[in-house]
Amino acid sequence: MNTLLILQNGRLIDPANSLDRQADVWIQDGRIVQSGSAIPADATILDVKGKWVVPGLIDMHVHLREPGEEYKETIESGTQAAAAGGFTAVACMPNTFPVNDNATVTGYILEKAAQSSARVYPVGAISQGSKGVELAEYGEMKRAGVVALSDDGRPVADSQLMRRAMEYASSHHLLIISHSEESSLSRNGCMNESIVSTRLGLNGIPNAAESIAVFRELALAELTGVSVHIAHVSTGDSVELIRSAKRRGVHVTAETSPHYFTLTDAAVDGYDTNAKMNPPLRCEPDRQKIRMALQDGTLDVIATDHAPHSILQKNVEFDHAANGIIGLETSLPLTLALVREGLISESRMVELMSLAPARILGVPGGSLTVGDVADITVIDPEKKFIYSREMIVSKSENSPFIGWQLQGKAVLTLLAGKPTYNEL
Amino acid sequence: MAKRKTDYLFRHRHIFGIEQLSVDDIGHILSTARSFKEISERPIKKVPTLRGKTIINFFFEPSTRTRLSFEIAAKRMSADTFNIAASTSSTTKGETLIDTARNLEAMKPDIIIIRHASSGAPLLLSHHVNASIINAGDGTHEHPSQGLLDLMTVLEHKGRIAGLTIALVGDIAHSRVARSDIIGFTKLGATVRLAGPATFMPVGIDQLGASVCNSVVEAVDGADVVMALRIQHERLNDPLIPSLREYATFFGVNRKVLAGAKKDVLIMHPGPINRGVELSPDVADGPGSVIMDQVTNGVAVRMALLYLVSGGEKGGEKNSNG
Repeated sequence: MNTLLILQNGRLIDPANSLDRQADVWIQDGRIVQSGSAIPADATILDVKGKWVVPGLIDMHVHLREPGEEYKETIESGTQAAAAGGFTAVACMPNTFPVNDNATVTGYILEKAAQSSARVYPVGAISQGSKGVELAEYGEMKRAGVVALSDDGRPVADSQLMRRAMEYASSHHLLIISHSEESSLSRNGCMNESIVSTRLGLNGIPNAAESIAVFRELALAELTGVSVHIAHVSTGDSVELIRSAKRRGVHVTAETSPHYFTLTDAAVDGYDTNAKMNPPLRCEPDRQKIRMALQDGTLDVIATDHAPHSILQKNVEFDHAANGIIGLETSLPLTLALVREGLISESRMVELMSLAPARILGVPGGSLTVGDVADITVIDPEKKFIYSREMIVSKSENSPFIGWQLQGKAVLTLLAGKPTYNEL
Repeated sequence: MAKRKTDYLFRHRHIFGIEQLSVDDIGHILSTARSFKEISERPIKKVPTLRGKTIINFFFEPSTRTRLSFEIAAKRMSADTFNIAASTSSTTKGETLIDTARNLEAMKPDIIIIRHASSGAPLLLSHHVNASIINAGDGTHEHPSQGLLDLMTVLEHKGRIAGLTIALVGDIAHSRVARSDIIGFTKLGATVRLAGPATFMPVGIDQLGASVCNSVVEAVDGADVVMALRIQHERLNDPLIPSLREYATFFGVNRKVLAGAKKDVLIMHPGPINRGVELSPDVADGPGSVIMDQVTNGVAVRMALLYLVSGGEKGGEKNSNG
């Protein structure tokens, strides 16, 4: 039996139990245990006064690049980056090489993840090879361990296939995560369509490329009665559609990423390929609507869409550069900025980054209930740092936030009671 | 042109676009170009100004006139010039732009003139080489030397830019010339009107200072200059216009359309012309056409740019023309 670990004097923020108060957390054998009155002599005590103790953060949208592109990221390096960012679990998208569209690839990922620094929940492909033609074998993948299905990065163009995917996924109790993009409108586009794209002479992607697809998914969810989760919402129009669908009772949840509530397409100026992602950074009104949607509950989750790329894909002409940025190590500080601005409460932040993703994916975590596995993140909300290239744990460095002064950081990440990251 | 301030110094090592240039910069480039233009009229069209300088023409897209114009400009100033076309360069062997740039850099060029299909490629190149970079057209971004030669041509014929009305007709969205012209002419105080099918109008173009007109007739009404832009045939693959025939009927610049323009309207085109599409032949070769003057001035403007980016004026030497 392991010795008792006590996180003492921290501010416990646990929306699942409607708790936000100073309290100690006792951890034994990898689980949260009832606090006693007498502290055993052999207990390890960590004073976390002034820090926040929250359920381990869960990122339901990352790309770990393994198998196939291990030079960009591996399950090992990606989960180390996750731990450094305060995450105890990540859901990894299936656009690997080969695509995770079968139980063998799922099994390979989970085998690699067994020794990793965070729980890894594989997301299987909606269609075979994510080619949008035939359904993948959901039952087999579910048995092997996938928690959801998505053709992320390769939007499902065929509406009938998407309808059948939703219906068939529901038979296996699997959630569909939609990369909502009408490709015929976004084709050849490499940034948001706006005055910035006009000025830079880059092909634009209009907001409608996203909202048309979001509308389709909502209509299909309504038709089939099946839940759908909208990935990486970037526009105000999408927010409006989701808000009204939720009011009608459609089973929809949705996520956005820190870059969409932090940056606008002005970041592309100078042809910065680290400001290139899909969906693209939008205009200020969109950014404002995303922020309001995080506050009012229209958006349920903050996920990073962590997308490592090497300089081979990024240090090239803008229109040739790959889409995506890393995000695991900056998500928490960028979200904490919303808390400091008073836009969301501390408790709401924990919902967005831990409780909601756990519930949506149906995975453990998201709460600090006695008896739960001790996946816990300790946050120093005051800690200021300059996000530098040197401190990046991920194998890739494609971030637009390098050089930014950030505030607030995970200082201790516990996975089943064991530190996966510690700078206490 | 406004008189040059005495403490003025041209500070740009690279020319990426008109956007980066101030009104003084543009005035200075044009007055420098005007003084160089005379060199091309001499029996011996050569001055030693850039002797010993190595200039590379690095063209990733086919170009006859722009490349030749830059080459002539460099040679008239005694620079050594070398041409690399995309098909003969290493980029076809999978070498990246940056790899190629570093190899060029190792051979110590002074100026690299680049044309590239990707907007922003000249800026990217400048991050990896010490040579001065001149953008000879990047994607649908800018074509600054073309914009400058257009300004020079109008200035020559009209004596001013401020207060003039310039109509740009055609494919604005896919035209780097349009962007450079809109920015350049509005910077110098002209009114720029745009006309063409809505499929050729980029989002927010009015925010660059131009106004979008509903018809060619409206744009041309009272205009001092009408510039037709080339319709690229590859655009027919996208659903932008149904046919060149229909385009010519409704958006072509012809004598009838020009009836509302000023009597002494200048007709311009960045070339090469699709005769009978953007411009009817009688207009292209008519009395107001200054298309060949544009070509002539192109050499002078490019001489000025080469001279100025190589720091020609440093050390107190001043251009006599003010």
